[in-house]
Amino acid sequence: MLRIRNLFAYYGAVTALSGVTCRVREGEVVALIGANGAGKTTLLNAVCGLVRWQGEVTFQGRSLAGMAPEAIVGLGVSQVAEGRQLFAPMSVAENLELGAYRRYRREERGAIERDREWLLELFPKLRERQEQRAGTLSGGEQQMLAIARALMARPRLLLLDEPSLGLAPLVVESILATLGELRAQGVTILLVEQNARAALKVADRAYVMETGRIMLSGSARDLLQDRQVTRAYLGRDYKEFTEGR
Amino acid sequence: MVGDNRRRPPLSCRRRPYLRPGPEGHAITVDNFGPLLQYLVSGLTNGAIYALIALGFGIIYNATTIINFAQGEMVMLGALCAISLYQLYPSLPLAFVGGVALVTVAGLLLERLALRPARDVSPITLIIITVGGAVFIKGLAMSFWGKEAYTLPPFSGSTPLHLGPATMMPQNLWVLGVGALVVALLEAFFRLTLAGKAMRACAYNQRAARLVGIPASRMVQFSFGLSAALGAAGGILIAPLTLGVYDMGTMLGLKGFCAAILGGLGSSLGGVLGGLLLGVAESLASGLISSGYRDAVAFFILLVVLFWRPQGLVGGRG
Repeated sequence: MLRIRNLFAYYGAVTALSGVTCRVREGEVVALIGANGAGKTTLLNAVCGLVRWQGEVTFQGRSLAGMAPEAIVGLGVSQVAEGRQLFAPMSVAENLELGAYRRYRREERGAIERDREWLLELFPKLRERQEQRAGTLSGGEQQMLAIARALMARPRLLLLDEPSLGLAPLVVESILATLGELRAQGVTILLVEQNARAALKVADRAYVMETGRIMLSGSARDLLQDRQVTRAYLGRDYKEFTEGR
Repeated sequence: MVGDNRRRPPLSCRRRPYLRPGPEGHAITVDNFGPLLQYLVSGLTNGAIYALIALGFGIIYNATTIINFAQGEMVMLGALCAISLYQLYPSLPLAFVGGVALVTVAGLLLERLALRPARDVSPITLIIITVGGAVFIKGLAMSFWGKEAYTLPPFSGSTPLHLGPATMMPQNLWVLGVGALVVALLEAFFRLTLAGKAMRACAYNQRAARLVGIPASRMVQFSFGLSAALGAAGGILIAPLTLGVYDMGTMLGLKGFCAAILGGLGSSLGGVLGGLLLGVAESLASGLISSGYRDAVAFFILLVVLFWRPQGLVGGRG
């Protein structure tokens, strides 16, 4: 579905991505893990057209080169950006409405309304707070709203950037659990996480990034057991690690 | 600008000669309430125009974080276009709508031809481009309309109305009424329509707006058209009270900018409040102290606000 080949991106003189190649197949949940500054967010932003890049990115066989972010949303790629990026002074309902911005001109209102109902069912807390300003929600509710807003565009591919950041473990669990539900609904997901263990639990496959490159890839289950990954990203006890040798 | 002022009397003397306080205006006593009311009426009228201009500054600032110093020229273009249209076909509603439409196109062209080619440069560069645009538009207007002043007939006659001890022209009511209507429509647009909400979303978080599929560049263009339309409406409303001259826009634009800063840049409530306050302050100062201080008041207020409350009264995004 999403194919990235030999992708390079630069911030001025700094190379953020140097030759990334990866792919996401239809119906998969793929995790992208790695430390801060490894280039995970840049990769998502390159796919969304927010960052200029060189190389090859195709979505459903169509090249995304030179496309504006809003046009890429129209193709069915939505990103839930790091830090939620809600329209904080606007109400929950308005945030959801704007999520479907591109659909109003092409589709009948009924379809959009059905999606809104489905999402309010998926995140019941949002229903209670529809008239509340987005900025006044709790962190977990804001993350739910950010995901719901992205889903209002009815994406085929959902890119999630650090959905667990700054949230309590229980909230993280419930948000990651919804990802499973979304997959059942036919949404393909590319999940960027620093919380590697949580990400690997919900993902089918994963890529490990380091300094702008893909260092490792494989099925999530294999990576969870991989020593290198365990040591570098899962924060296993040092003792356990040395004794295991 | 300096040269202009030497050649002709300052704007303040040309504007609304019939509303300028007579000698009796200086002899106010506590029980002589009439002149004060008179100043209030004329101040609110000018203030309504400043408010429309200030709203235009705010809309563009919200969309782009730049100050469009060509905003005042849109006011001038509105007045002169409407006057010319009226001379072609004497219908005031048609002149109003036609003038606003023509200037909206001018605003869109300004964005398309002067600002868009320079995309991705710093805001300060863009602001200087708008200053250049203002000078260019003013020059163009001078070569097209010449240096003389034109009149537009009042919308509904010129029999003065008596409001207690104060006198006002029907046009003053038109300015206030249409001004209020325009502000209400604008607010409804931003609160109730999808396009308006999308513009607000762009102002709050442009990156997020692009990620939900809102075309930010189209919103920027739209904001230029909208604020040009607001300025034009202001210019046409005020044209029967002042006169339409090619260089009327500069001072009005600066006053509108002061009003925007006073109220809080980017806030619509602030723009309206700032405009009305500034208009009244000016009119009181020129009535109670000396009409020579009229323009000084605006800039004095601007400095005071920038020193002590740079976010403005309502706390916009400045």
